[in-house]
Amino acid sequence: MSNVPDNLRYRDSHEWIDPTQDPSPVGITDHAQAELTDVVFVDPPKVGTQVSAGQQVCVIESVKAASDIYAPVAGEIVAINEALTGDPGLLNTDPYAGGWIFKIKASNPAEFDALMDAAAYGKHIA
Amino acid sequence: MGARMVPFAGWDMPVQYTGIVDEHKAVRQSVGVFDISHMGQFIVSGAGAEAFLNRVLTNDIARLQPGQGQYTLLLNGRGGVIDDLIAYRTSEREFYLVVNASRIEADWEHLETLLNKDDDVLMANASDFTAGLAIQGPKAREVAAAVFGNETSFPEHNTILVTMTSDGPMWLCGTGYTGEEGFEFFMPMETAETWFRKIVDAVKAAGGMPCGLGARDTLRLEMGYPLNGNDLSEERTPLQAGLGFFVDLDKGDFTGREALVAQKVAGLPDKLAAFRMTGAAPPPRPHYPVAFAGEIVGEVCSGTQSPSLGAGIGMAYVPLSAATIGSTLEIEIRGRRFPAEVVKKPFYRKPSV
Repeated sequence: MSNVPDNLRYRDSHEWIDPTQDPSPVGITDHAQAELTDVVFVDPPKVGTQVSAGQQVCVIESVKAASDIYAPVAGEIVAINEALTGDPGLLNTDPYAGGWIFKIKASNPAEFDALMDAAAYGKHIA
Repeated sequence: MGARMVPFAGWDMPVQYTGIVDEHKAVRQSVGVFDISHMGQFIVSGAGAEAFLNRVLTNDIARLQPGQGQYTLLLNGRGGVIDDLIAYRTSEREFYLVVNASRIEADWEHLETLLNKDDDVLMANASDFTAGLAIQGPKAREVAAAVFGNETSFPEHNTILVTMTSDGPMWLCGTGYTGEEGFEFFMPMETAETWFRKIVDAVKAAGGMPCGLGARDTLRLEMGYPLNGNDLSEERTPLQAGLGFFVDLDKGDFTGREALVAQKVAGLPDKLAAFRMTGAAPPPRPHYPVAFAGEIVGEVCSGTQSPSLGAGIGMAYVPLSAATIGSTLEIEIRGRRFPAEVVKKPFYRKPSV
């Protein structure tokens, strides 16, 4: 069973975002990392980029395939996780903490409510 | 077995069981087992079999003693590669050919068109009723001994043992696609399930695991082995693919020979170069553009992240000027160019003990 923390919100494309933090960190779920296995490269977004909800913002690469990562909410990318350059495997080993990919300053916090909660995402991947 | 399945050459094939990197490492360090039932098998027999095969394949099949095999190629009249395969001589007048799944029909049709009525050759396509497993890795011998008993001799590299058991015939071939010691084991489909269970149990007991197509691809690419469809095509010759060693231009005429000789005289238009990414870069993947001296000169044929080297590796057809060892290429990935160096094959060499 994959881990689906209660405090996060989820997109159907398997990104998580933490609405309790501002700016909000974004990553991929435990389920997604288990499907991808062996993340070997993260092509991060540029800090300062304005994105809309659902916009493709960066790419993560596993041995198997390249996967697009989408912004869960609109806003500005204000930070990227530099640690992933040296250790992209953090997405596999620590998907909800050390494996965050970027932080987004949400421009419309109401968009968090449009995302799935843990129960809904848990059903989505069941 | 918890496998993730993908369609491959008309078969549902396991792309991975545990994870590509874990499976890859199992084969390099202990042993892995691959389902290779999709591969094709032709039996070519008769007094004229040797002469026929030497007329249609690039390597000199007359050099094989019974029990020996060789890597060889089937070409079209333009010298382009229809398929790469292993041909074994199973007796003085019988050969066992193992061909690529995606090319079974094309190979068969091509062989039939090249066969003359008075050749005294019988061809049988055993692909549909033959199952196969590849057992690969340093502990492959241990697995063979556990399954067949110590008295069965292990098929040494490029040899074949055809044996009859109470479960029917089996073909044990000392070949693989990983660069590790190992064997490929073919059997009639009806007996496959029993053997599969025994082999998988023995592999697990030896510390190994079942492996999927994903690991098969990273393992073969680390060795620089071509994959038909990616690195070989009917539009390019084995000389361009760097497979001249398996082409005997002196054995007499064979399909495609004339085109190869002409190409040798004219010079190769391009060549399959092996490259390794030199810095942090996304893994190169098939069809990414390849640049040399600022200009796009080709595209990636095969490419992946090498689990053994922790770096991106790949192969691409590039002009000869770009193909020299040490020359710098750039791989274009999502609009950005990342540097790569042309290197010697294989990419990976086993650490000497």
